[in-house]
Amino acid sequence: MSDTAITTPPAGGAPRSSEISEAVIRIAGNSQDGIQAIGGFLARLAGRSEQEVMTFMTIPSTISGGPSIFQVRIGSGEVLSAGDEADVLLAFYQHSYDGHLASLKKHGIVLYDSDHVEPNAELQKDYNHVGIAISSLTVEAIGGTGKDKGKNIFSLGLLAKMFDLNVPKLEKLIGERFGGKDVSVLNNALTAFHAGYNHSLGHVIETFKFVEAERKTSSQVVMNGNEALAYGMIAAGVRFGAAYPITPWSDVMEIMRRELPKYGGTFIQCEDEIASVSMALGASYAGRVAVTGSSGPGISLKAEALGWGVMAEVPLVVINVQRGGPSTGLPTMVEQSDLNQAIYGSHGDSPRVVLAPADVEECFYLSIEAVNIARRYNVPVMILSDQAIATRIEAFDEPNLEKLCQDITPDLTPVEDYKPYDLNTPDGTVKRVVPGTQVKSGQYPIAGGLEHDEFGHPTGSPKLHALMNAKRRKKLQALAATLPAPKVYGPPEGSVLLVGWGSTRGPLQEAVDRARAAGDSVSSLHIKYINPLPPGLESIFSGFNHVLVVEMNDEGLYGYGQLGGLLRARFCDPKIRGLNKTDGLTFKVREILERAKANVTDAMHKL
Amino acid sequence: MSNTANLSPSETVASIPAAVPARKPLSKKEIASDHPTWCPGCGDFAVLALYFKLIEKRQLWQEKITTVSGIGCSSRFPYFVQAHGAHYIHGRALSFASGISLSRPDLHVFVFGGDGDAFSIGGNHFTHTARKNIKLTYVVMDNWVYGLTKKQTSPTSPLGFKSKTDTWGALDYPINPMKQAIAAGATFVARTTHSNPNHVLQMMEAASDHDGFSFIECLSECVEFYDGAFDASNPRKGGKFNLVPANHDVTDEQAAYKLADEAFPGYFGVFYKNNKPTKNAKEAAVSANAMEKLKGLKDWQVLQKTFDRMK
Ligand SMILES: Cc1ncc(C[n+]2csc(CCOP(=O)(O)OP(=O)(O)O)c2C)c(N)n1
Ligand code: SF4
Ligand SMILES: [Mg+2]
Repeated sequence: MSDTAITTPPAGGAPRSSEISEAVIRIAGNSQDGIQAIGGFLARLAGRSEQEVMTFMTIPSTISGGPSIFQVRIGSGEVLSAGDEADVLLAFYQHSYDGHLASLKKHGIVLYDSDHVEPNAELQKDYNHVGIAISSLTVEAIGGTGKDKGKNIFSLGLLAKMFDLNVPKLEKLIGERFGGKDVSVLNNALTAFHAGYNHSLGHVIETFKFVEAERKTSSQVVMNGNEALAYGMIAAGVRFGAAYPITPWSDVMEIMRRELPKYGGTFIQCEDEIASVSMALGASYAGRVAVTGSSGPGISLKAEALGWGVMAEVPLVVINVQRGGPSTGLPTMVEQSDLNQAIYGSHGDSPRVVLAPADVEECFYLSIEAVNIARRYNVPVMILSDQAIATRIEAFDEPNLEKLCQDITPDLTPVEDYKPYDLNTPDGTVKRVVPGTQVKSGQYPIAGGLEHDEFGHPTGSPKLHALMNAKRRKKLQALAATLPAPKVYGPPEGSVLLVGWGSTRGPLQEAVDRARAAGDSVSSLHIKYINPLPPGLESIFSGFNHVLVVEMNDEGLYGYGQLGGLLRARFCDPKIRGLNKTDGLTFKVREILERAKANVTDAMHKL
Repeated sequence: MSNTANLSPSETVASIPAAVPARKPLSKKEIASDHPTWCPGCGDFAVLALYFKLIEKRQLWQEKITTVSGIGCSSRFPYFVQAHGAHYIHGRALSFASGISLSRPDLHVFVFGGDGDAFSIGGNHFTHTARKNIKLTYVVMDNWVYGLTKKQTSPTSPLGFKSKTDTWGALDYPINPMKQAIAAGATFVARTTHSNPNHVLQMMEAASDHDGFSFIECLSECVEFYDGAFDASNPRKGGKFNLVPANHDVTDEQAAYKLADEAFPGYFGVFYKNNKPTKNAKEAAVSANAMEKLKGLKDWQVLQKTFDRMK
């Protein structure tokens, strides 16, 4: 929201209407109040209005619910992060009010449920307080039986009024969500919505109108990162998966379990993660790349099997929706501390591919790329997502599914002969011949975890072990040579280069915008291909005085964090340093800039 | 869509007609691969020889079967078979095999492995593969000891067995594989011994004809670390080979459990058999049902319908 709009003191009398280009709305309550649903409606509406949207939510770690927030940032221009501070806070309870007022910008609006919240008199001057008896007004509108039911939709009505949102579109969304069930459910929802919409916002505030968004050429789809991963796998042609539930991975498997049968496939819930990775490897071995996934502890359990995939050269996609670790750690919070595990977590030398999507849209496209890399190089590919991308909702241009969807049914045409581990192919790869294929020479392949000769038969030959290790490594080197060099965000030369990976891209790029607007020389670089690294990094780094690797993980024993440590080892460049944190929360733009400033001794300008 | 998961179930091994071969059955020479690395006299040789016999007799060509194992002496098995196969990791062969079975109904998956592989490190997978009734044949070559790692106590080692990890004799009560299998919900449970080749072949045939999870415990002597373990079941060594009584009802779970309780050498034959729908069939039905509603739509159109709801 533009500063002028929000800092204007309330004009007594009728609400004024101001044009704004974006707004950050934080909804704080308990998870059972359906606050995610309000956020979802707002995000979806933004998607349908060609607006950009980014959301952020926390999930309670207890089953019975508990405090939870949903933050949505809607804008007519580019929206890179969920926003540092909220313009509007909707607080359902005292704990919501007390706990989240600090996240509201000065003179922002706090809409609170006066049935539950006793506002703090001292803070009245700092924030625009609007008390509305949300609970009792909802009961009044739709009847009191449903306890707290409906107050989320009532509040959606309030917000719709306040931001002059498109009512017919919202009604349609409500219809899609509650339609199909008992009609009275839908009627109640619409009644609650209109009661909120028609309720007087009081004399204290103004209303807002988003400036018209630029027309996009294609329509947008709205989903969260876990949905994008699941549908990306389906588009990629994956028809088999196996996993064990764990937060925040579970909904990827739930979606695939529900959806894959429509495509002739299936997703199996296994007894544990070892069985899951094994079943997926079995299906992959049988011809069609399969997927498994997990978070934290579950990924650890898959480590031995991943080594088998590397050794036997069987493709596989493994999704890791990272959460805070080690051990059970912070199950519902975000961290990027599994990078080392993703690259190295197995015994022996076991090179595998690691990719990290930066946003929801990339979750979709990178899934397809992961499947294709796995097939092309016969290697396990790990996708490192995280809790923040998993749960945040974004709108992105609708993919061209007709073009993107691929059929990866295995080819069972008989072959003359087959050398599964041929040492003399240019990039170390061999097209796999899978079970069900007749090999006319009568020499059949065995996929195994023992070191082997070119036909897959066990060998203790030191020479062959060295050659096969080199072969497995060379495949990844060959892949690296095909990867595009990442693009610098901002000028390609300057004082500070902020390097990131995964879900931090939005805040990093916003940090660059903000720093440059303030006259500082800051650019950023986001690395999607974590292992192998793409070419061109060295020359990019040479354009900067400082390379700060921003990660949500501990700085580690030597102070560089996980990607930082890898880049240090790779480039031996002392200007690479870490900017790390492990508070379980996403980076705020301000936080990145303050930490970067404190880190850089010679000021942020180019020397 | 051209999905292998939609091949008709009649393509499975059970229905391959034994009569009028269109193709010459595989000879032992064609199906034998590397010379087995087992110790001379190891019981595992017999199991391998009878697997070859089964392939020859039932005309299982290489593109119809896959041989899978975990880790152990017995698990070296796939390397000795000239057909598609996988030598997976210790204890997880059943899960790996399930992935093949569930995604490739055109293949019959045979899994071979040891007692440690099956009931110690792989115990969890044994239980769940059985209860899910995943279509595959699992032959546990039980030698009551860890062979590959050179004589440690196995979950089937009898009390008092002196191993390197129980020099004073095994303390832990052994697992009864037959009871374990029945209790877990296996739909075909049989017991045989390497010293009776005809019986091994009979059990293998019956198991491969079974539409479901078929489990065979095959006593297979480790001459190196547990010499003479099964003498009491071998008439040539003065023992007794008792067939399952002719009047035993294989569909009676209680009766099967009772048979399994008999002290060594116990009985040999099919203890239990039940034709419950397989996981394979159930999953295929879920899919067929879902696809029926979307008949005529290409995969991308099905996904498009979903995306249309996310606008
Ligand atoms: C994860 C793991 N732990 C331990 C081992 C070592 N190991 C290999 S085989 C085996 C036991 C083999 O016993 P069994 O399964 O009875 O097979 P046998 O050799 O007797 O046929 C062990 C402990 C391993 N390969 N992998
Ligand atoms: S150690 Fe025992 S089980 Fe292993 S090959 Fe030798 S005899 Fe057979
Ligand atoms: Mg054994």
